[in-house]
Amino acid sequence: MELNGAQIVIQSLKDEGVEYIFGYPGGAVLHLYDALFQQDDVKHILVRHEQGATHAADGYARATGKPGVVLVTSGPGATNAVTGIATAYMDSIPMVVISGQVPLPVIGSDAFQEVDMVGITRPCVKHNFLVKDVTKLAETIKKAFYVATTGRPGPVVVDVPKDITDPRIKVPYKYPKKVSIRSYNPAVSGHKGQIKKAVDLLLTAQKPIIYSGGGVILGEADKELTEFAHTLGFPVTNTLMGLGAYPATDKQFVGMLGMHGTYEANMAMHDSDVIIAIGARFDDRVTGKLDQFCPHAQIIHIDVDPASISKTVKVAIPIVGEVKPVLEQMMEMIKESKKKPSKKALESWWNQIDQWRAVKCMEYDRNSRLIKPQYVIEQLYEVTKGEAYIASDVGQHQMWAAQYYPFDKPRHWINSGGLGTMGFGLPAAIGVKLAFPDAEVACVTGDGSIQMCIQELSTALQYNAPVKIINLNNSYLGMVRQWQEFSYESRYSHSYMDTIPDFVKLAEAYGHVGMRVDKPEEVRPALEEAFALKDRTVFLDILTDRTENVYPMIEAGKAHNDMTLRVANGTSTDRELA
Amino acid sequence: MRHIISILIENESGALSRVAGLFSARGYNIESLTVAPTEDSSLSRMTLVTRGSDDIIEQITKQLNKLIDVVKLIDLAESDHIERELMMVKIKTSEHTREEIRGIAAIFRGKIIDVTPTTYVVEMTGPSSKLDAFIAAIDGDTIIEVVRSGPTGISRGEKGLHL
Ligand SMILES: Cc1cc2nc3c(=O)[nH]c(=O)nc-3n(C[C@H](O)[C@H](O)[C@H](O)COP(=O)(O)OP(=O)(O)OC[C@H]3O[C@@H](n4cnc5c(N)ncnc54)[C@H](O)[C@@H]3O)c2cc1C
Ligand SMILES: Cc1ncc(C[n+]2csc(CCOP(=O)(O)OP(=O)(O)O)c2C)c(N)n1
Ligand SMILES: [Mg+2]
Repeated sequence: MELNGAQIVIQSLKDEGVEYIFGYPGGAVLHLYDALFQQDDVKHILVRHEQGATHAADGYARATGKPGVVLVTSGPGATNAVTGIATAYMDSIPMVVISGQVPLPVIGSDAFQEVDMVGITRPCVKHNFLVKDVTKLAETIKKAFYVATTGRPGPVVVDVPKDITDPRIKVPYKYPKKVSIRSYNPAVSGHKGQIKKAVDLLLTAQKPIIYSGGGVILGEADKELTEFAHTLGFPVTNTLMGLGAYPATDKQFVGMLGMHGTYEANMAMHDSDVIIAIGARFDDRVTGKLDQFCPHAQIIHIDVDPASISKTVKVAIPIVGEVKPVLEQMMEMIKESKKKPSKKALESWWNQIDQWRAVKCMEYDRNSRLIKPQYVIEQLYEVTKGEAYIASDVGQHQMWAAQYYPFDKPRHWINSGGLGTMGFGLPAAIGVKLAFPDAEVACVTGDGSIQMCIQELSTALQYNAPVKIINLNNSYLGMVRQWQEFSYESRYSHSYMDTIPDFVKLAEAYGHVGMRVDKPEEVRPALEEAFALKDRTVFLDILTDRTENVYPMIEAGKAHNDMTLRVANGTSTDRELA
Repeated sequence: MRHIISILIENESGALSRVAGLFSARGYNIESLTVAPTEDSSLSRMTLVTRGSDDIIEQITKQLNKLIDVVKLIDLAESDHIERELMMVKIKTSEHTREEIRGIAAIFRGKIIDVTPTTYVVEMTGPSSKLDAFIAAIDGDTIIEVVRSGPTGISRGEKGLHL
């Protein structure tokens, strides 16, 4: 088959099984858009800003496990995509971004809409390519998908100069079934000797804990993790990125750990003698003060990326490999082993954990006459029966969604953890809804975040992707305000917006339904009404208690056992328990 | 500690900037970096001198290995190796100093490769520390210019860095 470069790109995407491509046209990609026009297999979603394209593709990828695909033009189109690429990079999300570039002969001449996309994205991609030869185009695209989706996933940029897609130049086309890259051979199964050591240590542990993260979801190993935990009877804590990797309603789950984690999770980490970290990367939001992190623990770490191991926290037993095969290998050894976890030790460990649980760190004032954001999330959970996909923006609302919506299944909690990108939520929710049109999809957001990609309301209408926007409106950049309250004697420097748009009218202007809620008793009916409007995007502008803070909190530079908890009257207390 | 890391890297445009970018983005220090083609035209060989604690060097080698363009690398400091650097020094000379400079150069097995009525250029190879010692032995005021290639190295014995 002979195809021109533009057709090769589109045909390669088809052959790769790509369903949706999120993009925005411009000069450098006109040939590509013409090729898109002449087929209907790959569906193009026209966003309203290239950042939206990357987040929508990212949301699609997080929910489905398939790579998200983006198409943008050169120059400003490409730079607008960078925030979304970096967002995917930090959370290891598979994504392929095709960016237009000025024609090869003028590269380097400051041509119209020229930017060095390969250079700009180099620090925030897993890899990138500049295509210099149309006969290598199909193979390059195959390599991009291969790199993006294997090992530790991540975004890959393919920069395509306009002359490469010239419709007049046709070359033979064949999409490679397989590619190999001699310098890229990610590990799959783990080293037997290391696994044996790990199993021995686990079976002698007195106060063990499983600390699992996004890698379990990325590696599709939630079932294996659950079986592993149930077999051993150990407590499980998840990172923000790992929520859903282990059923949150299971009795062995002690909640999220880290800065806004539960009291029981952080105390159990601090007191543990053996930690097994599974697909988690010891982020600073998780570890708190490094030199006081889990002082008594010996650590086992399973990660497909050797560079994640012993990066910030030194571990005793590193295991490089994919979570799923490694957990299977471990289960086999555990079953074969004559040793069993000590019942007695575990019993007293669980007793201790139950005492920490009794602190009830997640309680909040349920009698308030103001709408408590936590209450909204609890109601959202009930109305959606815990089965919705929840995309979130970044801020206090994100933490409340993570804390008060217990996720039992993986890939249902869609949020930007590593980069913490405000503006992520709405486009990501649209990407999820396109992937699963019959599922309930909500976007939990804040009055600040929603304004960063609000233009995508228009995309939701055009492509019939009805999502429910739950705006926890506190008229503050609440997370910033909280830090200013705690650390800057409540000097609220620029964390308040004097003018916030009328979100109800704004939603209506975009062709959607807008509703405002300002009384606690209206929350439940409003949510029910919103979700009953199956084929409409509904913007619920919920005016919440403006002074509410996220608790518990480990303030910057503090250790796990030095948490700030809420006290009954709504203010906080420094609670130090040794 | 000082480490010499030898890298086989795809001979592709942009490969060098990935390595250099990694070091600046992650705040690792580079003392020197040399790159040259190898007998295999698809590969370049890079020699990089860096300093850091064992933990940092471990991260550096892991992060380098993670770059898709990096095919293979070794940390020469981990085993017996030979290190060489090339240096050329232009020295101002006078009638009384010429002999002394020739003498010192001879001790360091340097060669005088250019002579004018008022200058010498001394060429010398050796481990970087030897070149440092030569510089220290010459009166600093007489040195016009020093050009150093940055060290490169090879492991001893049968072990080698190849595909
Ligand atoms: C406002 C705000 C507050 C936050 N507060 C918290 C908090 O309180 N607690 C918290 O936990 N986080 C919090 N975060 C998120 C935090 O910044 C990090 O994003 C998060 O902790 C990282 O999660 P993770 O360790 O699971 O790693 P991820 O970023 O999910 O990384 C996954 C790891 O698994 C590995 N991996 C990937 N695939 C596989 C596979 N198949 N097999 C094996 N390994 C694999 C990767 O190499 C990587 O090391 C917060 C973020 C924001 C924006
Ligand atoms: C693009 C971007 N800019 C700035 C920040 C810093 N930041 C983190 S949370 C936050 C406030 C978010 O406000 P809002 O969306 O109203 O959420 P709230 O915290 O009030 O729930 C800010 C400014 C960020 N995370 N992302
Ligand atoms: Mg707000």
